[in-house]
Amino acid sequence: MNKRSIGFRITDALLVVLTILPLIAGLVIKAVTTPASDGIEISGARIFFTIKMPLQDLPITESQVNTWLVIIAVFFLCLFLTHGLDEKCSSKRQAILEWIVEKTDGLVNENMGDYFKAYAPFVAAIMALSVFSSLLTLVGLFPPTSDLNVIAGWAVLVFFMITYYKLKGGFVNYLKGFTEPFVPFTPFNIISEFATPISMSFRHYGNVLSGSVISALVAAGLQGASKALFGWLPGQIGSFPFLQIGLPAVLSLYFDIFSGCLQAFIFAMLTMLYVSGGFPMDEWEKRMARKKDKKLKKQNKLSA
Amino acid sequence: MLELAIGIILGCCALGAGMAMIAGIGPGIGEGNAVAKACEAIGRQPECKGSVTTTMIMGCAIAETTGLYALVIAILLIFVAPSRLVDILMEIVNK
Repeated sequence: MNKRSIGFRITDALLVVLTILPLIAGLVIKAVTTPASDGIEISGARIFFTIKMPLQDLPITESQVNTWLVIIAVFFLCLFLTHGLDEKCSSKRQAILEWIVEKTDGLVNENMGDYFKAYAPFVAAIMALSVFSSLLTLVGLFPPTSDLNVIAGWAVLVFFMITYYKLKGGFVNYLKGFTEPFVPFTPFNIISEFATPISMSFRHYGNVLSGSVISALVAAGLQGASKALFGWLPGQIGSFPFLQIGLPAVLSLYFDIFSGCLQAFIFAMLTMLYVSGGFPMDEWEKRMARKKDKKLKKQNKLSA
Repeated sequence: MLELAIGIILGCCALGAGMAMIAGIGPGIGEGNAVAKACEAIGRQPECKGSVTTTMIMGCAIAETTGLYALVIAILLIFVAPSRLVDILMEIVNK
C-alpha cells in the first residue's frame, strides 16, 4: 500500500474545492441579482450588464457567466482526475478516467475512422461541456444550454469545421458538390447546407428549454392544486404545497438528467457524423498524390 | 376598444401556439415506428442490441427535430410575441 504524502492530499483537496467553488459562485451571483418575487416564473437568461460596442452592444447574460463557470469547474475536475496518475492504475479516479478516455476513443474511431483519430478530445470536451451545462439545473442555476445563443455558437463552430473538411477536397470539388445529383438541385443543397447548424442548435436548445418549461408549468399547477385542496388547514400548514412533493422529482429525473445527457451525446454524435461525412477521402488522396508529383517534378527540374 | 384589441392579440397568440403543436403528431408516429422496428430487430438478432439501440436513438433524435421546430414557434408565440405585438399596437395608437 503506497502512502500518499500530505502535500498530495492538500493539492487534492484544493482541486476539489476549486471544482465546487464556481457552482457556489454561481449560486451567490444568482442570489444577489435575482429580484424578490414569489411563485414560479418562466424567464430567459437575465442580463447582468451591457458593454458598449461600435456595431452593437454586447450584453453579458446569465448564460455566458454560467458557461464560463462550467468551463472553470470542468477544468479543475480534469486536473483533479489526472492528479497522481501512475502506470499500475492503482486509484479509483484513474480507472474512471481511463474508462472515459477509452470510450471516447472507441466512439470516435468507430464513427469517424482512422483519419480523425485526433478528434477524440474535441468530442469529449463538447460532450462534457454540454452535459455539465444541462446538469446545472440540478443545483438550481440557469442552464446555458436552454439559451439558443450558446448552442448556436457551438453549431456554427461545427459548421465551420464541416466546411473546412469539405474544402480539403479542393474548392472546385466543393462547388461541384452543390450541383449533385442534378444542376436543378442547387438551391436545395444550399438550403440544406445552412439547415445543418440550425437544426443542430434547435434540437438541443428545444429539448432542454421544453424540459424546464414543462417542469415549471407542472410545479405551478401543483402549487395551485394544493392551495385549493389544503388551503383550509390552519396557519403555515395551509400554505405548504403538499402536492409538490414527489412528482416534480420524477419529471426532473427525465427532463434534467436523461434528456440533458442524451442531447449531449446526440450533439457530439452528429458533430462526428457530419464532419467525417463531409470529408471527401478519395478526392483528398488524389489531390495529395498530384501535389507530390508536382513537387517531385520540380525537384527533378532543379537538379537537372 | 383597446382592451378588445389586446384581448384578440393574446387569444390569437394562444390559439396559434396550440395549433403549432399539432406538429407533435408527426414525430410521435415516426418515433413509435422506429422503436417498434428496433424492437423487432432486437428480437430477431439479440446480439446486435447495442448498435441497434444507438442507431434508433440517433434516428429518434433526428425525427424529433420537426416537433421541436413547432415547439420553439409555440414558445415564441406564448412568451415573446404578445408583448411585441402589443408594443406595435400601442405605437400605432399613439400616432
